[in-house]
Amino acid sequence: MQAKTNILSLPTQEFVHPGTRACTGCGLAIAYRVGLKALGKDTMLVVPPSCLTVLQGLFPVASTKLPCLNVTFASTAAAATGILATLKTQGKEHITVAAWAGDGGTSDIGLQALSGAAERGDNFIYFCYDNEGYMNTGVQRSGTTPIGAITANTPFKGKLQQKKDVPAIMAAHNLSYVATCSAAYPLDLYDKIKNCVNLPGTKYIHIHIPCPPGWGYDPRYGIKIGRLAVETGYYDLYEIINGEFKLTAASEKLVEKRKLVPVIEYFRAQSRFRILTDMQIADIQNQIDKKWAGYYKKDE
Amino acid sequence: MGTRNYRRKTSHSENGPGDGGRTGSWRVERPVLDQSLCIPCKRNKEACFICWLFCPEIVISRTIPPKVDLEYCKGCGICAEECPTKAITMVDEAKFSEEDTEKKKKKD
Amino acid sequence: MHIIENGNVAAALGVKLCRANVIAAYPITPQTPLTERLSEYVELGQMKAEYIPVESEHSALAVCIAASSAGARTFTATSANGLLYMHEQVQWASGARLPIVMCVVNRAVGAPWNVWNDQQDSISQRDTGWIQIYCSDHQQIIDSVIKAFWLAEKVSIPIMVCYDGYILSHTYMPFDLPEQEKVDAFLPPFKPDYALSPDEPANLNTVTLPDVRTDVKGELAHGYMEIRYLLQEELRTTLTAAAEAEKRFAGIFGRSGDPYIEPYRCDDADYVAVGLGSITYQLRVCVDLLRKEGIKVGIMGVRFYRPFPDAAIANALKGKKGVIVFEKALSYGYEGALASDLKSALYEHLAGAGTLPFVQNFILGIGGREIRTDDLTQALRAATKSRVSKEPTWIGLKL
Repeated sequence: MQAKTNILSLPTQEFVHPGTRACTGCGLAIAYRVGLKALGKDTMLVVPPSCLTVLQGLFPVASTKLPCLNVTFASTAAAATGILATLKTQGKEHITVAAWAGDGGTSDIGLQALSGAAERGDNFIYFCYDNEGYMNTGVQRSGTTPIGAITANTPFKGKLQQKKDVPAIMAAHNLSYVATCSAAYPLDLYDKIKNCVNLPGTKYIHIHIPCPPGWGYDPRYGIKIGRLAVETGYYDLYEIINGEFKLTAASEKLVEKRKLVPVIEYFRAQSRFRILTDMQIADIQNQIDKKWAGYYKKDE
Repeated sequence: MGTRNYRRKTSHSENGPGDGGRTGSWRVERPVLDQSLCIPCKRNKEACFICWLFCPEIVISRTIPPKVDLEYCKGCGICAEECPTKAITMVDEAKFSEEDTEKKKKKD
Repeated sequence: MHIIENGNVAAALGVKLCRANVIAAYPITPQTPLTERLSEYVELGQMKAEYIPVESEHSALAVCIAASSAGARTFTATSANGLLYMHEQVQWASGARLPIVMCVVNRAVGAPWNVWNDQQDSISQRDTGWIQIYCSDHQQIIDSVIKAFWLAEKVSIPIMVCYDGYILSHTYMPFDLPEQEKVDAFLPPFKPDYALSPDEPANLNTVTLPDVRTDVKGELAHGYMEIRYLLQEELRTTLTAAAEAEKRFAGIFGRSGDPYIEPYRCDDADYVAVGLGSITYQLRVCVDLLRKEGIKVGIMGVRFYRPFPDAAIANALKGKKGVIVFEKALSYGYEGALASDLKSALYEHLAGAGTLPFVQNFILGIGGREIRTDDLTQALRAATKSRVSKEPTWIGLKL
């Protein structure tokens, strides 16, 4: 597998221009920038309506230097399939097709097409950038919004349902590669893209994206909050390669350390979790502890 | 001629900076670097560059010293927060407007 | 070479001859045998194409849109609720100016469920900016598919080739199978104005603003309104391109007709029956009978429904006493869509130039309700005596 990249060995070529319409401190901007470095020049992008649509620029100016097709909300994965089909007829299969969709466009409206493409084994990388809500339209809840989060349409009670585990759904498709990443760990994201780009079939990479307006924090703490999600054991960085699960990077280190930051630190740092009760937090902490007890046991 | 023709009839965008305009105008504070604390500056060789890595706007250059493109810097403060030696501080933009005004007064 | 096959196979053969190289397929009655036959051609190596068994019709057109954007010649087919499911994509394809060809095997739409023939599915899509051609027999099906690829690629506008489910899709007729060399001569390989690729990167179909804006070169680019205007403009001038297609086709294959309408015994007719698709051929039996009774009646089959060949239609109906429009669909809340469009064309071109013919609208065959030739003849005969009704009259209703 890919050796761990460090900052100094990261390619310096940029594939995005500055001055985009992304929010100040946007987590997606960080992940996307590094993601494109890993994908490289011979890439074609597919993007549904989402924050990325806006980040990539309004007609007639594009902030992305790579070719990109904007498509309807539900059809991201199907469009990726279509581009692939054309590349095959042109003998240009060295070109990577990469779909970048938000959590709404993946776990909700886009799930059908994604599942279809995965079942067909269509050879592209699907990135779900998960800022845990329909942020582009003003912070509405999505399937991956975590329980208890205040959003524009769960304004007082917070989301009542659990976060949909999309990586697990994708793993059930017997893919060659499923991974979770975070904007707070961009080098890990870079490595994982390099790890999977030549594997067969559909590859799925889920990226946790801190979002200042959606989550409620001062933009300067974006990376810190992304790290807290991992250090509390709340969000795990892992790879599932041909069905084999493996914790990676900072999450892997936590197994060695055997010490998680209390999850309340993560919740306190964001105003969207302000209505979580002590009991709910204790419950969530319990679930995390149980999950990690399982990891520790596997490690022994 | 082909692409030009197609461009007239469809939403076809070519790439360039500043789609959001002069996003530097979004700032309320700007990053200021203290070179005496900056690791690549002190060592005078390529090192750290964490500020370059984490800038969402790609306005910090991977140079010694790192430089901020104030045309587009939105002032998010991530560089200041992530810098391991606290070499970057976020300073109120108003201070610079005052300075600029003073400079202008001196000129006139 | 003449062969005997069903309408779906005629369409599939057309697609094969046109060397479409990306096919998206989702099953829906009565289109399914068409895409099944295409899968046979692909698996046997008779067609060099990527065949994508998608998981929904919405995705079928998504695949075509993306594949066409990257420069492939694409095809899909659907009916009824499948077409309705992909409606968002139908609008997208025309706005993106992609030369996709799609066969719509006409079937009634739910609710309630009905798998038999009427034309509500494609008629409900008439505002989407696609070109719509209606076929009356199998020769027209295969010929229209071939012409459609040429026309779509010439004007960069997608095309629906429509034909009646079961009545044409599943029945067998003899027709001439064009030779591959002739089709290759008629339809050269697809050379798009622009194909998305890393060699010439661009961001396609992203958000536009209400007003115009300068691009990265400092030039003022067209805005959304201009892009939409050009679609309408170029859809209207497609009428000219359609005539060109017909001429080219005649030159290579030796057969042609009027590009827009299919007249039968119209020249000296006082009354003209109008329809889309196979019903116009069924009406020939009625017309021949009524002619024997001394009633001067003819038929005008409408081949191009969109863009609407208003001038050609009005011209053909000039001086007629009455026009009787038989439709298997309607714009609910008012009347048959074809009747409305026809009235508008007559008014536009003939008002003030003498007496306008009356327009009688009959609705029939909804949900595959049998259209008995006797009933047709009776209705036509009655309408030639005097206009039956202002509102559409439904034939074959069993209240």
